[in-house]
Amino acid sequence: MSPEGYWLLVFYVFMLAVAVGVELISKVPPLLHTPLMSGSNAISGITLVGAIGAAVFSGWDANGVLAFLAVTFGTINVVGGYGVTHRMLQMFKKQK
Amino acid sequence: MSLPTELCYFVAAILFMLSLKWLASPKTARRSVPISILAMGLAVVPTFIQRIGEPGGAGIGNTLAIVLGGLVLGSAIGFVSATKVKMTAMPQMVGLYNGFGGAASLLVAAVEFLYKTGHNPQGEIGHMSVGDSIPVHLSILIGGICFTGSMAAFAKLQELISGRPVQFKGQHYLNLVLLLAGIGLAIALTLNPLASWHLAAFLGLVAIALVLGWLVVIPIGGADMPVVISLMNSYSGMAVTATGFVLRNNVLIILGSLVGASGLILTRIMCKAMNRSLANVMFGGFGAAPIGPAAATGGTKGTVKEASVEEAAMVLQSSGSLIVVPGYGMAVAQAQHAVRELAAQLEKNGTRVRYAIHPVAGRMPGHMNVLLAEANVPYDQLYDLDQINDDFANTDVVLVVGANDVVNPAAKNTPGSPIYGMPVFNCEQAKSVIVLKRSMNPGFAGIENELFVHPKTMMVFGDARQTLTGMTAALKEAA
Repeated sequence: MSPEGYWLLVFYVFMLAVAVGVELISKVPPLLHTPLMSGSNAISGITLVGAIGAAVFSGWDANGVLAFLAVTFGTINVVGGYGVTHRMLQMFKKQK
Repeated sequence: MSLPTELCYFVAAILFMLSLKWLASPKTARRSVPISILAMGLAVVPTFIQRIGEPGGAGIGNTLAIVLGGLVLGSAIGFVSATKVKMTAMPQMVGLYNGFGGAASLLVAAVEFLYKTGHNPQGEIGHMSVGDSIPVHLSILIGGICFTGSMAAFAKLQELISGRPVQFKGQHYLNLVLLLAGIGLAIALTLNPLASWHLAAFLGLVAIALVLGWLVVIPIGGADMPVVISLMNSYSGMAVTATGFVLRNNVLIILGSLVGASGLILTRIMCKAMNRSLANVMFGGFGAAPIGPAAATGGTKGTVKEASVEEAAMVLQSSGSLIVVPGYGMAVAQAQHAVRELAAQLEKNGTRVRYAIHPVAGRMPGHMNVLLAEANVPYDQLYDLDQINDDFANTDVVLVVGANDVVNPAAKNTPGSPIYGMPVFNCEQAKSVIVLKRSMNPGFAGIENELFVHPKTMMVFGDARQTLTGMTAALKEAA
């Protein structure tokens, strides 16, 4: 694929993702805004995929240290974000 | 990327969307975390397996040590912090996690830049096209601002630094100059990625992003933190999108966009709930001047009617309907359980209890809902501003627990007031109002509240938790 074609395609993907995001998020009630935030926050830890890639080409040089920090921070983001979201969602109960 | 990995990414993206869809209702919301974790696994594990032994890498041993070390350390920190954190401290915790996400994106972009500009063990002279450069620098700028901005929000909420706006002369000009300098460096680096000064310029760019994040958040007051936390949430998503462009990775682009959109929507909802523009929140320095006790009492138009715990309990005992309006004060006093106990006692009495939750009550979107859910308040008793505001007129008693600006009638009838135009609860339309407050000090915004001197209002001063427990005890005795 030509570089122009690639970028065009990627911008389509980007635009559609934003549209889907707006559509999905608008439907979340204020009741669940905190879990929404912590849950979507955990999702942003997907940058972990990039961090693993960064680690592949690094030895224990400066890049390796940066990659190690990237994996660590990304994992804190993922595990912590899901942890608090799970704790909060368990609490929302209906009247018996 | 190999086809199996790409397919896993594809399924993961679908599952992530499903998990967000399930958050639309409290009935399905609990399923959303497991499915989201599954999706995360589908994205991370195949990446790990595929890339670990990639030829040209620095060796399996090194990579394994870096990745597994980071995963173990990060999981331990994430797990312990998520388990230990109190629900009242959730805003700063979410802020902190946001910051780590931003930092991770910045670091990934930094490694990509360093590697491609020749800083690699193989000593390869790299190549950075314009298409590589622009997303790298965006990721650095957004990720850096997200990191230190979130840290500043954390420091404010944790009261490591003052919650009040920190302002100095020429602050906004300094920020503008820094931003322009950052953009200038990014452009220079895009045009000459391999110039002899590229490393210095790059480090300068990183430093500017980090300083800028801190400087942008410190002039914003604690009560405006719901907006800041939402905005930082959005930045962490945008940084991921930028990193996705760097790595040509669709799953990062898609998910970063979802998170970015989510943060922006929440930001907009928060601003709307305060009737202020984002620019006003960011640059307005709301609540900057603490009003001294003299100024606070000087302009009081009416007299404060103070009531004892027992008097307030008597009013509650004879009420058929009650609306509780919680605010940040409830979180500070950790009073959510005491609220629930009082409500349970009143429900035994036949009182209908409901809760009115303002979008900006507390320090992050949905803060009050989480605290009340923690205290086992059923979620169908929690009402939004629009759902309940017309019901105050036919309600016997309103109980305000540590809320201030969201119940201030000045927002409706005093055009000169800083909060004029903000949607607020119609508390004064109820038959009587009980306000629990620590003292007569004005709220965060330093604005007087007419509701407190309203003829229908009785003020009960003291720690909200003790007051509520006292009221419950008095009701039990009377029963």
